[in-house]
Amino acid sequence: MRQIRILTLLAAIVAVPTAGHAAQPQPPKEFVPVDTIPADEQIPAINLVAAAYGFVWVAMLGYVWSLARRLKTVESELHELESRRP
Amino acid sequence: MRKLTTPFIAVSALMLLGAPWLINAAPYESTMGLVQKVFYFHFPSAILFLTSSILCGVHSFRFLFRKNQQADAWALASAELGLLFGAVTLVTGPLWARKAWGVWWVWDARLTMSLVLWMMFAAYLLLRKYGGPGSDRLGAGMALFGMANVPFIYVSVNVWRTLHPMTTVVPRLPTDMGIPLWYCFTAFTMLFIALLSLRANLEHQRLRVESLYLAEDEG
Repeated sequence: MRQIRILTLLAAIVAVPTAGHAAQPQPPKEFVPVDTIPADEQIPAINLVAAAYGFVWVAMLGYVWSLARRLKTVESELHELESRRP
Repeated sequence: MRKLTTPFIAVSALMLLGAPWLINAAPYESTMGLVQKVFYFHFPSAILFLTSSILCGVHSFRFLFRKNQQADAWALASAELGLLFGAVTLVTGPLWARKAWGVWWVWDARLTMSLVLWMMFAAYLLLRKYGGPGSDRLGAGMALFGMANVPFIYVSVNVWRTLHPMTTVVPRLPTDMGIPLWYCFTAFTMLFIALLSLRANLEHQRLRVESLYLAEDEG
């Protein structure tokens, strides 16, 4: 009896994916090119404009920060050297 | 000039904060639509990218042939800003192209030569940082070649086949597109002048530090 239950369970495990497979669409037999990208595949322009504007801010602020940090380091070094002079 | 750098940075930052409202009010372009608005950042950064190359070349010429050490500091500052504004140009351009052309990049003359110029700036800065003695003169020679590239980049869209808009686009802009463009251009130019002055000042301070260390060693 236990063996029958195990066999039934195994049959069910095998049968469920097979049934699901039967419902899948057919695989493409050839690629058909189109001239325009379908609407649901296109990137919204606002995302690209926002990314461009965001990049400008990140790049400029990053550079200003880097420049300020380097200027501070050099100015403190210069101050120290000048104070050591006789 | 140094007294003007902070007001210049503040005013340009305020102008760039206000830019989206002005750009939003500008009309849509007939074939590209909304994405054409990237143009208002792309064009000023591209012009300043080319300007950096000319400045770097002119100062390098002064350094090489007139032995002007201060000119070398200005050349180095120009190269660093060329790398920055070139990066902005080369990032905003593909973001615009992806929508307008359907691809991020094409290997036409304008884009390829711009990328080469940007790589020349990167190579110049790497050479100056890690090249050791004599790298200033080698870098100056390299900057002259970079400057020679600029006229070809500018006219490339009118001479060779490309998808990139031609140089006639800007003079023929209607007023309601021209106002946000020249507003952004003014903001970017003020920022460029302020950053160039700060960067050159940093290099002058570095030269002073080096001379003090040398004086200490000799003493």
